[in-house]
Amino acid sequence: MENIAEYLKEERSQPWRDELRKSMKAKERTSIERVHMPEQDPVERSHNYLEVNLGLTEEMAITEAHRCLDCPDPTCISGCPVNINIPKFIKKIEAHDFLGAAKVLKETNALPAVCGRVCPQEVQCENSCFYTVKLKKTPIAIGNLERFAADYERNSGKISVPEIAEHNNTKVAVIGSGPAGLAACGDLIKMGYDVTVFEALHDVGGVLKYGIPEYRLPNEIVDVEIENLRKMGVKFHTNFIVGKTASLDMLREQGYTAFFVGSGAGLPRFMNIPGENSVGIYSSNEYLTRINLMHATDPDYDTPVHDGKTVAIIGGGNTAMDSVRTAKRMGAKRAILIYRRSEAEMPARMEEVKHAKEEGIEFMTLHNPVSYEADEKGRVTKMVVQKMELGEPDASGRRRPIPIEGSEFEIEVDVVVVAIGVSPNPLIPHAVPGLEMSRWGTIIVDKETMQSSIPDIFAGGDIVRGGATVILAMGDGRRAAAGIHKYITEKVKK
Amino acid sequence: MNKIIEKELFSENVCRFVVEAPEIAIARKPGNFIILRLDKKGERIPLTIASADTEKGTITLVVQRVGVTTAKMLNMNEGDSILDIAGPLGKPTHIEKVGTVLCAGGGVGVAPLLPIVEGFKNAGNRVITVLAARSKDLIILEKEMREFSDELIVMTDDGSYGKKGLVTQGMEEVITREKVDLSVVIGPAIMMKFAALTTKKYNIKTYASLNTIMVDGTGMCGACRVSVGGKTRFVCIDGPEFDAHEVDFDEMMQRLGAFKEQETEAYERYLKTVS
Ligand SMILES: Cc1cc2nc3c(=O)[nH]c(=O)nc-3n(C[C@H](O)[C@H](O)[C@H](O)COP(=O)(O)OP(=O)(O)OC[C@H]3O[C@@H](n4cnc5c(N)ncnc54)[C@H](O)[C@@H]3O)c2cc1C
Ligand SMILES: Cc1cc2nc3c(=O)[nH]c(=O)nc-3n(C[C@H](O)[C@H](O)[C@H](O)COP(=O)(O)OP(=O)(O)OC[C@H]3O[C@@H](n4cnc5c(N)ncnc54)[C@H](O)[C@@H]3O)c2cc1C
Ligand code: SF4
Ligand code: SF4
Ligand code: FES
Repeated sequence: MENIAEYLKEERSQPWRDELRKSMKAKERTSIERVHMPEQDPVERSHNYLEVNLGLTEEMAITEAHRCLDCPDPTCISGCPVNINIPKFIKKIEAHDFLGAAKVLKETNALPAVCGRVCPQEVQCENSCFYTVKLKKTPIAIGNLERFAADYERNSGKISVPEIAEHNNTKVAVIGSGPAGLAACGDLIKMGYDVTVFEALHDVGGVLKYGIPEYRLPNEIVDVEIENLRKMGVKFHTNFIVGKTASLDMLREQGYTAFFVGSGAGLPRFMNIPGENSVGIYSSNEYLTRINLMHATDPDYDTPVHDGKTVAIIGGGNTAMDSVRTAKRMGAKRAILIYRRSEAEMPARMEEVKHAKEEGIEFMTLHNPVSYEADEKGRVTKMVVQKMELGEPDASGRRRPIPIEGSEFEIEVDVVVVAIGVSPNPLIPHAVPGLEMSRWGTIIVDKETMQSSIPDIFAGGDIVRGGATVILAMGDGRRAAAGIHKYITEKVKK
Repeated sequence: MNKIIEKELFSENVCRFVVEAPEIAIARKPGNFIILRLDKKGERIPLTIASADTEKGTITLVVQRVGVTTAKMLNMNEGDSILDIAGPLGKPTHIEKVGTVLCAGGGVGVAPLLPIVEGFKNAGNRVITVLAARSKDLIILEKEMREFSDELIVMTDDGSYGKKGLVTQGMEEVITREKVDLSVVIGPAIMMKFAALTTKKYNIKTYASLNTIMVDGTGMCGACRVSVGGKTRFVCIDGPEFDAHEVDFDEMMQRLGAFKEQETEAYERYLKTVS
């Protein structure tokens, strides 16, 4: 930590930063209002799949960048899981050097255009900003600025391809192409390794592709980042399920020296209540995969999905929010979010909740389904829900929902999406005997090096954390890349 | 990309494909399946690996035309390529020496049954196979089945070949005649339902290989879920074979019809584009 602080101080004392700081009084900076990100009109956007947030203009970005005080002790950085040098990139924007800002981001974050869009900034970097902590004002819009710089670079066509160390002809395998895997392979390729990413699905990107909808994160943005990795020399092997298509031992025989497992949390949970297997009841993974990965709403594509007049989504997380807003876009008259606690306990991002409400999503908090009814063809027609009240806080620190006896009532529904969480993907744990696992089915790793109980296997992301965020998964991938490098240099070579 | 090396028409609606997939050819075991996507706009559908040739690096698929994807596939030819094939998926069949095994295959269920019949035979069992179809021209893989079966019984609904009657009648004939230690049934859901009811009467342990709708095939979506013994199970990772006496076939049939309207519409649209 010592030298990081040193480094930050040195960077901060560079003449261009000094000059910028002096160009405007702190008082003036703090009196600027936070720039609002332009959005598509709620009525219009609830009928299309185009991005909701439209991005900042250059002028807006520069104005927002002026608000940042370039603090001597930039607390914002400690709120970012990959420790982006936040004041430096923001000051580059203030200095109109947008490409320079993007370069700063790329020093520690392989997918800034993605993180700028989907990070829960309000609980991460922005929550640790001086404005939030000390001034009790709305923080610098760090995420919006990050998105701005990354988008600017992409649209300029001048994407910087990072320098790559000399090839060392050592093969490393990355299992899973979600954010954890992509971050790991980005670092490993820079270190000179021969990197192959194995992905079970036909497309690369993990949740970024099959889960998070286009209106929040266009696939095209993810594809540009993947194309960059390809240009740097990363090989992507899709339709390859490690543990099924080939065992880890077979890959070892093929010369892979180390493995990074970023296989995510793929197993959907259900509530196991009567009628839950009726036709028209989906897991959020199925619902979103049909629509995002398989393009079910585009008549040119073969994959079907049900649309309905009344669609109920069970849950209160990002996944529930993504599903319910998607249902609305598919033309549902009523798109209802049913959550067993109150809005205050909802794990979804604040921005999603706000956007959902603007789009006309009905929030039915403190309610929980107890059973479903179907017609003679097995198609769901009704659900019975029960009212809930909040009791004492439970292990998660959130107040426990308690059912109110006798409060049940019926809602007519055409489609239901169950979005109550996922469990770690069991494919790799099943396929690798001896791998030390937790009670919850996550892979146990060393927190520094991300090494598992088997020396050549490293892991990170949702398969280690159970369920996390894009940026935490990426942070894990990067730490694991460093761990793999250390392991290979110290143990394998020599 | 996976090139089609060979195509053989069994009947107007059933076709055998030999397709390049070297890694899968090595890794596959009896009972495994693959998920394929024919082209960029295609859906992902599961098909059983009927056999494989590790030297040539190919797998064999037997496909029955039921809707858009299978119809498109039947229109493909040697030299064409299938965009994506992922596998092998599912748990392999648990094959051991148990004594006498009664295998029953209906319709295109005969294809996935073949490697299982072969496996049980090679493990030293007495294998009796019942093949069933509506009529003579729908009976497939008879020669291959005969090779690995101690006895082969053919049943047709209309009596145009073998014996006239349903698969269950063929099964019952064997069961009442000799001791059967295990039964494996694969075919349309309705056939498996009644085959399971038949063996249940005689208390014979029975496995059914379920053909639910799937998307990813890796346990990620839950589209393939069925109730087995009152519990929800995922066919792609917990199956495809389950204790047939525990499976809720009625629920499974309803779930198979989940997209019937969309599928029929899509099929009609497709027929217009090809004619
Ligand atoms: C709908 C939805 C919305 C979300 N919204 C947000 C958000 O707004 N902000 C945020 O920060 N986080 C969000 N999250 C959480 C975030 O997406 C995850 O924490 C993150 O994607 C985890 O990354 P990962 O790399 O560990 O796994 P994943 O992204 O799940 O990727 C794992 C990949 O591994 C592949 N795989 C699995 N097993 C194998 C195998 N054996 N062989 C080969 N490949 C394999 C899978 O097919 C998959 O592609 C959301 C999640 C969902 C589902
Ligand atoms: C593990 C597994 C192994 C299978 N192995 C084979 C195989 O070796 N050969 C083969 O021909 N088929 C096999 N199937 C079935 C095959 O996947 C379906 O026939 C195919 O998905 C239908 O696609 P489609 O677009 O042509 O028809 P669709 O338009 O999707 O369906 C047309 C009609 O067929 C029925 N149907 C839909 N999906 C299925 C299904 N999964 N199974 C049965 N009926 C269905 C429905 O009633 C539907 O209305 C297997 C299925 C599973 C789950
Ligand atoms: S990566 Fe996420 S947490 Fe880090 S600075 Fe960017 S938006 Fe904030
Ligand atoms: S804490 Fe806030 S104001 Fe200070 S440097 Fe970070 S972003 Fe700028
Ligand atoms: S097909 Fe998706 S979980 Fe089985």
